Amino acid sequence: MLLIQCPYCGPRPELEFAYGGQAHIARPLKPADLNDDEWAAFLYMRVNTKGVHAERWRHARGCNRFFNALRDTTTDHFLAVYKTGEARPALNTAGGHS
Amino acid sequence: MADLTGIPTMNHLTTARIAPQVTRSHWLAPLAPRSRFSLRAAPQVLALAGAAFGVAPSEQACRAVVQGTRAALWLSPDEQLLLGLEADTASIQADLHAALGKAAYSLVDVSHRQTALEISGPNAADILNGASPLDLSLAAFPVGMCTRTLLDKADIILWRTQHDVFHIEVWRSFTDYVTGLLSVIAREYES
Repeated sequence: MLLIQCPYCGPRPELEFAYGGQAHIARPLKPADLNDDEWAAFLYMRVNTKGVHAERWRHARGCNRFFNALRDTTTDHFLAVYKTGEARPALNTAGGHS
Repeated sequence: MADLTGIPTMNHLTTARIAPQVTRSHWLAPLAPRSRFSLRAAPQVLALAGAAFGVAPSEQACRAVVQGTRAALWLSPDEQLLLGLEADTASIQADLHAALGKAAYSLVDVSHRQTALEISGPNAADILNGASPLDLSLAAFPVGMCTRTLLDKADIILWRTQHDVFHIEVWRSFTDYVTGLLSVIAREYES
């Protein structure tokens, strides 16, 4: 079973987690100022990365917290997890992960 | 016809009437009803609540703290499950509301939401592992550790109170399902 590292609880089985979509999408401060195309881009347009993807996860059946993770979409390896609000960590690319 | 308007509230039901019947066996025991509170607040408010409750909540993740008849279980950085004697329900609630005053918090009486079971014996961890992929070795899940997790399809709170004793909190309507499932698994370990 895939183990996912929760930044609060440690390694837990994948079953306890829920995927939360792409990370680091900031809601516009004044949505009313956006035109339809910009609003649609905020709502719907997501990257479709092959490789390292920053995404949100929630430890839904554990501590119930959202957190962010860097995952390689080709191998399903979790490369890093970090708490919501923290900056995306730099990866050591020499490790061959990205 | 029964009086349909006179729907009894929880306060009018005795715990005995709503508690699922659990058959005691050498590895499974139903635990006595107790008062339970879900407390959610920022860490500094949790500490304040701990002083009023008589148990300082754990700052370390996934740890339970026991003090006398009361316990505080870490469920999340901002969430603790408080356990106490059933008779203390009203006083715990009053004490906490008085101590927390205008701080931002949520205190919910969930005494009747859950039932408590005790899984014990040399095969306790094996029986639980029949329906849970958690690593229950003593190194990964030491005595005093607690967590919310999944037992097959049911949300439970799992708490290792002794080396080979686990306390689980199960939502009341899932109790039959959980005990039935564990009983099937436990047959594997009958001699």
